[in-house]
Amino acid sequence: MISVRHIHKKFGKLDVLKDFELEFQAGNSYALMGPNGSGKTTLIKIILAMVLPNSGDVLVNGQSIKGNTAYRSQIGYMPQIGRYPDNMRIGQLFSMMQDIRPEIKDYDMDLVKAFGLDTMLDKPMHTLSGGTRQKVSAALAFMFRPAILILDEPTAGLDPIAVEVLKNKIKREREAGKLILITSHILSELEELTNQAIYIFEGEVFFNDSVESLKDITGENKFSTAIARLMEWSLKKNTKKTELAHV
Amino acid sequence: MYKLLKYSLYDIVKSRFALLYTLFLVLVAISIYQVSEDMGKVSLSLLNIMLMIVPLIAAVFASTHFFNNLEFTELMLAQPVKRRDVFLSQFLAVAFVLSMALIVGFGVPMLIWGADVTILTLLGIGIGLSVIFAGLAFLASVMTRDKAKAIGISLSFWIYFSLVYDGFVLYLIYSLADYPLEKTTLGLVFLNPVDLGRIIMLMQLDISALMGYTGAFFQNFFGSFQGILISSGVLLLWMLWPSYFALRVFRKKDF
Amino acid sequence: MKTLIVLLFAISCFLPNLASGTVIKLTSGGNIQMAIDNAQPGDTILLAAGRYEGHDLTIRKPLTIWGESYPVVDGMHKGNIFLVAAENVHFKGLHIINSGKSTMEDSAGIKFFDSKSCTVSDNLLEETYFALHFSNSEEITVSNNRLFSSAEKEYQTGNGIHLWKCKNSTIENNTVMGHRDGIYLEFVTNTVSRQNTIEGNKRYGLHFMFSHDNSYLQNTFRRNGAGVAVMYTHNVLMQENLFEENWGASSYGILLKDITDSQVINNIFRKNTIGIYMEGSSRNTFQNNSFQQNGWAFKLMASCDRNTIEANNFLGNTFDISTNGSVVLNTLNQNYWDKYEGYDLDKDRLGDVPYRPINLFSMIVEKIPAAVILWRSFLVTLLDRMEKVIPSITPENMIDNSPKMKPYDLGTAHS
Repeated sequence: MISVRHIHKKFGKLDVLKDFELEFQAGNSYALMGPNGSGKTTLIKIILAMVLPNSGDVLVNGQSIKGNTAYRSQIGYMPQIGRYPDNMRIGQLFSMMQDIRPEIKDYDMDLVKAFGLDTMLDKPMHTLSGGTRQKVSAALAFMFRPAILILDEPTAGLDPIAVEVLKNKIKREREAGKLILITSHILSELEELTNQAIYIFEGEVFFNDSVESLKDITGENKFSTAIARLMEWSLKKNTKKTELAHV
Repeated sequence: MYKLLKYSLYDIVKSRFALLYTLFLVLVAISIYQVSEDMGKVSLSLLNIMLMIVPLIAAVFASTHFFNNLEFTELMLAQPVKRRDVFLSQFLAVAFVLSMALIVGFGVPMLIWGADVTILTLLGIGIGLSVIFAGLAFLASVMTRDKAKAIGISLSFWIYFSLVYDGFVLYLIYSLADYPLEKTTLGLVFLNPVDLGRIIMLMQLDISALMGYTGAFFQNFFGSFQGILISSGVLLLWMLWPSYFALRVFRKKDF
Repeated sequence: MKTLIVLLFAISCFLPNLASGTVIKLTSGGNIQMAIDNAQPGDTILLAAGRYEGHDLTIRKPLTIWGESYPVVDGMHKGNIFLVAAENVHFKGLHIINSGKSTMEDSAGIKFFDSKSCTVSDNLLEETYFALHFSNSEEITVSNNRLFSSAEKEYQTGNGIHLWKCKNSTIENNTVMGHRDGIYLEFVTNTVSRQNTIEGNKRYGLHFMFSHDNSYLQNTFRRNGAGVAVMYTHNVLMQENLFEENWGASSYGILLKDITDSQVINNIFRKNTIGIYMEGSSRNTFQNNSFQQNGWAFKLMASCDRNTIEANNFLGNTFDISTNGSVVLNTLNQNYWDKYEGYDLDKDRLGDVPYRPINLFSMIVEKIPAAVILWRSFLVTLLDRMEKVIPSITPENMIDNSPKMKPYDLGTAHS
């Protein structure tokens, strides 16, 4: 559904993504992992065309995203920190987003109701707590029934009840055959929500397979320890490289 | 585009800044009208406000607004809308609010106490300079990732156009005092929107003194239909090019 | 018969001196010179409406040339049209056009030599080189004439009203446009110019030299090439005149050069590049004048001394006063300056803080005229503020110690 092809991205002199290749298939849920600065967020932003790659292309449903804006109506994006115009009310934000997509008439209001946002539609955004804003972001990501969901740290800042509500929603969407992409630092959450693991290290795909094979390869039963092993390996690879460089 | 602009405008119109700025301008206008009885003095006092304060506020507000709205901009970029539309809605909203504050803030006192052509020209120049400096501030903002740096650059634009540039012109005039410089100075005036606005006002306020140096040259130029067309055209160009280049950078920018 | 008596009575009322001589009536196309030659001293030649040709029409005896509904006397671009050397010659109601354009002999519409007690009134002169030219004459009255020239360049036209070595004369209610100098006086004394409108002349509206003891009252000088220039004269009175819109690098409301013991009172200087420019002049009084919207209200050169400038209004001028030196030997007193920012705590209607009418930037412009285009810029405002706080360059004693808080109500002169 999404093919990332030969993406190369530099920030200044730093290569963030090097000849990056990935395929995301519908019906799968991907855990996007990697240490800080490994290029996770850059990858997401490139898919959303918020960051423009130096070379390479991204295809969504077989179509290049270059010069294309319509494909984004198929993506529900939940940013890490959602900030909105201070003076806008929740209801206005919702109707604005709906306004932008006039072709979609059938809204998914599950989360709006579950989070109780429908009772505070006339609250201005600047009066909201961080958690409530996160709820608004989540509700917006799912509102237009997109085929692709990209969730950047979706549960950060949410209260436990809201976390459960959101997780259940994600699971339901996954079962409905959507493509879901999640980054998170909470490994238990990833294990619960995803079936594919992608580990990015220094701008390259270090691991990309199902969670099952990850456990097989690492010989660990638990997701979290498997990831920890993966991290060890990636660091070793790194030290090897540096040793070689010294020779 | 229209929808985005509608929401950007709504947000900015309801912001505290729009209210405070308008209120500030109303107070300034009232105090100026109260202190001086005749229109000549009113226009002189307004001149300093329009040439100095208005561009300063436009520059600082536009760059602050750009960065305060950065997250919202990012949110919009993830939506199925064109980057151009996101940028233009932001810019036009800022330009609109700055202009409206001037029109309401000075317009209402003018309606009450009267205005002449000079004061209306001044209002037009104030609006022009607001748009120009908002454009320059947006250009500074898209070129950097740092709010403080962007405000700094916007302020340098302001200092450059209202102070440094004139120092340079004075130096040039001083060192080339023996040459006829009318055309050169006319050209130099076009390269600085603050000077252009100021000279248009001098043509109304200090025409007698200006005739002493340039003879009828400036008068013929700015008084003719062609001259008015050219000077408004140049002012319009100044209103367009910074935002045009800002848009070009914005379309290639990583968020 | 009865109507004729009434008519004669009416004529004698209007022109009493007609009664003394015979009236010689000339019809359109008649020979004026022949009529003049045949007339007895004191006769009246009455030109009926129509058109007459002739130039260098010479009059050497007292005569009245009187036109009925402005008969045209066409000089056919040759020489002078009328030449007069006599006493009691009067011109009235003529439309004189097309004199020669010789600079060698100063061709004129009507030229007087060595004449006395002559009048020129209610005439219209167009396209004459000089219009009215008087030499070595006295007791001349020039009134209600309209003198127009449509020359494009200064050298293509002479002066409107030109007096050389004349005295005890009156010039009033004339309109002069498009000539070189509107009124030109040289070696003219005890003469009054009153209520003339001098507009759009190529060089000076009024130009005099060595012409003492004259008065200029209620005249309007507007948009003349270089304004008004007066030189080498003492005891002049200029009162209630309007000097307006004289624009250009060397254009003045009045340029005063070597003028002494004179008075400039109750005049209005409006929208001139320079209201008054004065050099080498002493002991003059400038009082109750209104300076409005001039580039420089007053340029007072350092060569002037003991002049008094008091009780004038300075309103909306770009620069109030500028000078070229640091020594100031003139007095400024109780003027109203609209740029004055002081206060009046003792309520005597005079500001408690002295006013310095010279600002720093006007000194800079004095040296570099082109710098004027930076006026009202932030840079210049800053410089001026600094100079106001710490005066360093502007002359210390160019100062009005008792500036008026409110403008004087000076009326509007004659207009």
